Amino acid sequence: MRGVLAFGVCIPSLRLPRAVVARAMAWVNPGLNRQRGERTVCNWDEDTLTMGVEAARGALRDIARQSISNVVLASTTLPFADRSNATIVAGALGLSSTVSTQDSAGSQRAGTSSLAQAMLHSSSKNTLVIGADRRLAKPGSEQEMTYGHAGAALLVGDGAVIARYVGSSHHAADFVDHHRLADSSFDYSLEERWVSEEGWQKQVPAAIVDLLSEKSWLPTDVAHLLVNVSSNVGKKLAVLSGIPADRLADNLYDRVGDTGTGHPLLMLAAVLEKANAGERIVLVGFGQGVDVLLFEVTSAIDAWRRSRPVATALQERLEEQSYTRFLAHCGLLTPEFGMRSERDNRTAQTVAWRRHDELLTLTGGRCVRCGTIQFPLSGACVEPSCRQLGRQDPIALNEQHGRIKTFTEDWLAYSQRPPLVYGNVAFESGGNAFIEFTDFAPNEAAVGQEVRFVFRLKDVDRLRGFRRYFWKAAPVVGFRNGSH
Amino acid sequence: MAKGIRDKVAIIGMGCARFGERWDAGADDLMREAFDEATRDAGIGRDQLDAAWLGVFYDEQSVSKSALSLSMALRLPNIPVTRVENLCATGTEALRGAAYAVAAGACDIALAMGVEKLKDTGFGGLPERTKGTFEDLWQPGFTPPGAFAQLGAAYAAKHGIAIDQLKQAMAHVSVKSHANAMASPKAHLRKEISIEQVLAAPMIASPLGVLDCCGVSDGAACAIVTTPEIARQMGRHDAVVIKAMQLVPSNGYELSHAGWDGAYTPTTRLAAQRAYHEAGITDPRREVSLLEVHDCFSITELVLMEDLGFADEGQAVRDILDGCFDRNGRNPCQTDGGLKCFGHPVGASGIRMVYEIYNQLLGRAGPRQLAAPSIGLSHNLGGIPNRNIASVSLFGLKSL
Repeated sequence: MRGVLAFGVCIPSLRLPRAVVARAMAWVNPGLNRQRGERTVCNWDEDTLTMGVEAARGALRDIARQSISNVVLASTTLPFADRSNATIVAGALGLSSTVSTQDSAGSQRAGTSSLAQAMLHSSSKNTLVIGADRRLAKPGSEQEMTYGHAGAALLVGDGAVIARYVGSSHHAADFVDHHRLADSSFDYSLEERWVSEEGWQKQVPAAIVDLLSEKSWLPTDVAHLLVNVSSNVGKKLAVLSGIPADRLADNLYDRVGDTGTGHPLLMLAAVLEKANAGERIVLVGFGQGVDVLLFEVTSAIDAWRRSRPVATALQERLEEQSYTRFLAHCGLLTPEFGMRSERDNRTAQTVAWRRHDELLTLTGGRCVRCGTIQFPLSGACVEPSCRQLGRQDPIALNEQHGRIKTFTEDWLAYSQRPPLVYGNVAFESGGNAFIEFTDFAPNEAAVGQEVRFVFRLKDVDRLRGFRRYFWKAAPVVGFRNGSH
Repeated sequence: MAKGIRDKVAIIGMGCARFGERWDAGADDLMREAFDEATRDAGIGRDQLDAAWLGVFYDEQSVSKSALSLSMALRLPNIPVTRVENLCATGTEALRGAAYAVAAGACDIALAMGVEKLKDTGFGGLPERTKGTFEDLWQPGFTPPGAFAQLGAAYAAKHGIAIDQLKQAMAHVSVKSHANAMASPKAHLRKEISIEQVLAAPMIASPLGVLDCCGVSDGAACAIVTTPEIARQMGRHDAVVIKAMQLVPSNGYELSHAGWDGAYTPTTRLAAQRAYHEAGITDPRREVSLLEVHDCFSITELVLMEDLGFADEGQAVRDILDGCFDRNGRNPCQTDGGLKCFGHPVGASGIRMVYEIYNQLLGRAGPRQLAAPSIGLSHNLGGIPNRNIASVSLFGLKSL
């Protein structure tokens, strides 16, 4: 039986209340004042790639890394146009170097198309399908309000699946509801009513009805209809497909926004964590055509009801009250960060390659003689009573938790989100990292506090157009529950 | 353990340029200013020098990282010059080179010069620099205050002290150094400040406010050393001699090992232990008359009082607030204003500390003269708490 074995999501903790945008930009378009709720925003050091890694880590939490054969990263906002983004993700996940990696792009349908293809792979292979986007929008635009940033990952394979794959259909149609040129930052969107009536309402119900009929599913048997569109349009689609309107799944727009390529996968994760065995799911992808995928939930879902990754991530909020800081994080405002920001961040690629395992998976060394764990890995043991010269066994430390020994909030150091917070963190296994922190608001860090590690943007080399990534200490999951 | 250089090297002349934002002077001018004073003091000329050591940290910032900048600035008679660098312990490292050469008999008279020209970098604070091809890929983009601020959070947590209380003691450290600098004509920052001003100053890197940080200055300082025998032949009756010079670099423990708690500097503790042994000091609180320590930040000085053995573990806050390290306290610390107020031109600082001890021991410290000091201690901490080079040196008076 092939289907979804596991899932994970990355919903950035920064949330921008739409009222904050309206307050700044409604002078351009008073209609912005009608928008309610909040949307997710990447921290300055989050992007498609880091969200993809974080979502995938959730999906692989209880999965042996060797079982993964393929990684597909679907996005229209991949940071590198020519450097395999999926390979960076696979490296950060500690996957085998024999894994096949592929970037999938070009349409909002890239996520669902990649998922459908993974379902058709030969049965011996597990495929990790990741969808993530960090789309930009012009200040004062509707998209600035409606878009969000997030990623989701589904592990596809055979065996004890939580959602059995039933079938899929694909329809290609060069319907230009919006477009973005390869060298452009922003989408150009066409009239909403035309997109709804000629696009969604005509193309999607036809595709759904055909596939349901092919698989002999009655529309009324569908428990969850997942479409990445406003609930007004979604309800119309349901009715046009013969599916009761109350089966329309939560589009998460009020708390997250439309997060692009990964959004159908994110909605599937949100549905799955609350679903019951036997429930039938219709998942739709839309963008220059339509993908429809059918799933049936199995009893293996029961194990997931405890963790509920989507619900947990939704509670992990850090409100962004500064509209200008949001713009700066999106690269749409360039504040004067001072002379310290002029530092040359050239990456010595020779070194980055020589030590890529350490950098990609926060790998330290374990002394073969005394067993002391140390970061970074070295050819000489740091334990004072040992100091053995020679090889150390590599040990990935990124999935451990750590404990803050010391830290500071540095207002002098250059950071795109001052203050730069950093300190010394002891790993559970032993070993110390002098490391940057992220996602801590001022006064949130404390000595003795537990942290986890997240893969983030470390530095940007503006001179040569390069971005480098590393791990940072972040609040543990659930840190803000009840406190904000 | 080797016997060391106790009483084998005498300082016969010292000089120190006026520290500060020396818009008027380049590194060569600063070196000549210090050298002129030192040669007058020693009563010798350039042609009597056998070799020289130059300490400068920021390579190619404004001084060459070779022998040439010193040799050319002073038009030395083509004697050997060795350029050394050990982060903020650079000046002391230059002196150690010259002292070892004299103690070994390789030179009769040697010069140690430390210099830094920081105010041509365009920066307030120390200039931003890369940390190497690998470390930039993973280490935080830290600043010196942020790296030293780590001591604050860890110290407060370890000893169960509220940050506010810790900050009171830190403020006392700064206020004391500012008061001392008022009697120190060559100091960079000569302005009295109050506890309230320190506590209300803008935050730089928690818990350090701007008045918890030392000055970033231009400056140069130098020492001329020889053996006690040669000093006697030159007609000296008393001389300041080196009692001990110990240097302890980290070997990775603080950076990589979970064992370090972040609240002290293990290197300083080891350097102090070795230096006291070399000098034959058993009770530093009783025997050491004055301290010049690496007070780059107020929290550093606080922690160092324990690391050097002048306060019991966890008691530095109490001892500082009790005035133990004030000018009239048990162990006066930073009588010239320290890095905090005299200034911190990196390569010069180690020798500037010795300059104060030298003048105090010889009774030449003017309005800030202590009563009959016998032993002075200088300490540098090059680098950051996570990885550093500690030096502890001791100086005393000797009848020749």
